Amino acid sequence: MTAPALPRTWTGRLRARAERALPPEQLLPDHQPVYVTSWIYVFGVLTLAAFLVVLVSGGVLALKGPQWWHRSSAGHYFNSLHLWSVELFMAFMVIHLWGKFFMAAWRGRRAMTWITGAVCFLGSIGTAFTGYLVQSNFDSQWISTQAKDGLNSAGVGAFFNVLDFGQMLMWHIVLLPLVVGFVIGIHILQVRRRGVVPPMQLDPRDVIAPEVTP
Amino acid sequence: MTASATKWTGRTREYDLVKEFVIALLAVSVLTVALAALFSSPDEKQITISTWSRGAPNDFVLTAATELDGTSGTATYGAPYNHTPDAAQKIGPVSLQHIAGVTHPIDTVADFVVGPLTGVPADAALAAALQQWHAAGDTQRQTWASGYDDALSKAPDNDPAQVKQGDYGPAPVMLNRLLTMAQSGGLDGALLAQKQFFATDYTKPLLFIADGSYLEDRARAQHLGGDQWGMMNETGNYPGQAWLWLYTFWYQVQPFSTSDNADALVWGLMALLSLALVLVPFIPGVRSIPRWIPVHRLIWRDYYRGIRATSDAR
Repeated sequence: MTAPALPRTWTGRLRARAERALPPEQLLPDHQPVYVTSWIYVFGVLTLAAFLVVLVSGGVLALKGPQWWHRSSAGHYFNSLHLWSVELFMAFMVIHLWGKFFMAAWRGRRAMTWITGAVCFLGSIGTAFTGYLVQSNFDSQWISTQAKDGLNSAGVGAFFNVLDFGQMLMWHIVLLPLVVGFVIGIHILQVRRRGVVPPMQLDPRDVIAPEVTP
Repeated sequence: MTASATKWTGRTREYDLVKEFVIALLAVSVLTVALAALFSSPDEKQITISTWSRGAPNDFVLTAATELDGTSGTATYGAPYNHTPDAAQKIGPVSLQHIAGVTHPIDTVADFVVGPLTGVPADAALAAALQQWHAAGDTQRQTWASGYDDALSKAPDNDPAQVKQGDYGPAPVMLNRLLTMAQSGGLDGALLAQKQFFATDYTKPLLFIADGSYLEDRARAQHLGGDQWGMMNETGNYPGQAWLWLYTFWYQVQPFSTSDNADALVWGLMALLSLALVLVPFIPGVRSIPRWIPVHRLIWRDYYRGIRATSDAR
C-alpha cells in the first residue's frame, strides 16, 4: 500500500496540514473524557460568550460614533451593555485562568495553550484600558492624565499617547480587538488540538513540567 | 512521554460543545441586559478649560502663571514633552523615558499662553502687552513671569485682584486676557486646533488642565487619587478596572509610594510579573504550586473517587 501523494499546490498542502493537525472530529468533538465534569470547565466558554457580547455591544457603539452614548438614552444603554459585558468577560477569564493554573493545564505539550491564554488576559487588560480612555468624559480625562506618567516613564508614551483620543480610539476598536480575537482563536485551536488536560496523577512524582517537543 | 501528553484513551462521555456555547451565550446576554438595565453606567461630565476657569478662576490664573514662568508640571516634565534635564524617571542607571526622546514637543509659554493670545483681535491693551513681551529679553521675561507667579502664590486665595504691587511687566494683562479667553471657551478650541481644523489629539488641553488643582480636587472627591487606589476605581459606585489591583497596589507601599522613580519602578516590576505569568509552565517552583495546593483534587474529585473505588475493588 502506497502513501497518499503530497498535494502539489500550496493550497492543497495547507489543507492537508490543517486536516492532519485538526481533523473535524477533533475540532468539534461530541465526546469528552469522563474527567471533564467540574463546573470550572464552564468558565472558558462563558469567557468566549462574554467576548462576543463585548464585540456586539462595542460594534453598535462604533456604528453610531463615540459621542452617541452621551446624548441618547439608547446609546447610554448600549454603553452600559458594553461596560457590564466587559466586567463579566474579565471576571470569567480570571476564574478560568485560576482554574487552569490549579489544574497545571500546561502539562503534556500544552505550554502554548497556557501562553496564548495568558497573552489574551494581558491583551484584554490593554483593550479595556483604552476603552476607559475613550469614554470622553471626566473618568477618561483623569485616567489618561494619570496613566501617562507610567507609560512615559517606560518610554511607551513616546509612541502610545494616552492623551490622543483619536489614537486611543483606533487602538481600542481596531488594533487591540484584532490581536485579542486572533490570539483567542489560536488558544481555542490549541485546546482542540491537544485536548483537555487529564487529571494530575495522585503519585506526587508525576511530571508537572510541560513537554515542549512538538 | 507523560500520560498527560498522550491522547486520552480512557472512557469518554457525550459532551455537546455547541449546545454548551449557545446556552452560555444566552445566559451571558441575559445577565448583561439585566445588569445594564439595573445599574446603567457612569458618565461624569468632562471638565473643559472653560468650566475650570469659570469654576476656579484663581487656580486657572495661578496655573497659567506657572506655564508662563516654566515651573508647571508640564514645563518641567521632560520626555516626551520637553528636554528638562534630569526630569526623566530611571530604573537603576537606565532611563527608558529619556531614551525614547521628545516626541510631543510642548513649549508651555508659546503653546499655552502667548500663542493663543496672539490670535485675540481688537484688544489694544493686550496688543501692547504682547509687544512688550516680545521686545524683552529672556531674562526680563523670566523676571516678570516668576515675580507674578510668586506674588499670586502669596496673595490671599491666590486672587489676582489682591496681588502685592510690583513690576510684573505685561504678565498680569496677558494672564487676565487668557482668563477671559478661557472663560469664553476660546482657549479650549485654540489649544486643540493649533495645527489643523480636524483634531483628535487632546494632549495640550489635558496637560494644561492637569497642571492645575481643579481636576485633581474633583478626582480625589470621587476617591480616584493615586494613593486612593485611583487607577482601578470608577466614578460613583461602579466597578472599575478591578483587574489593575496589583498594578495599583505597588503605588500604595514602600519603596514605590515615596520614590521619585515610582512609575518606572512599578512598570518595570509589572513587566517582569507579566512575563512570569506567560512563562509559568517553565518556572520551577511556581509550576509546582498546583501540586502543593491541591485544588485539583476538588476539580477532579469524581475521577479520583473512581480510581480509589477501582483500586479498593481489587
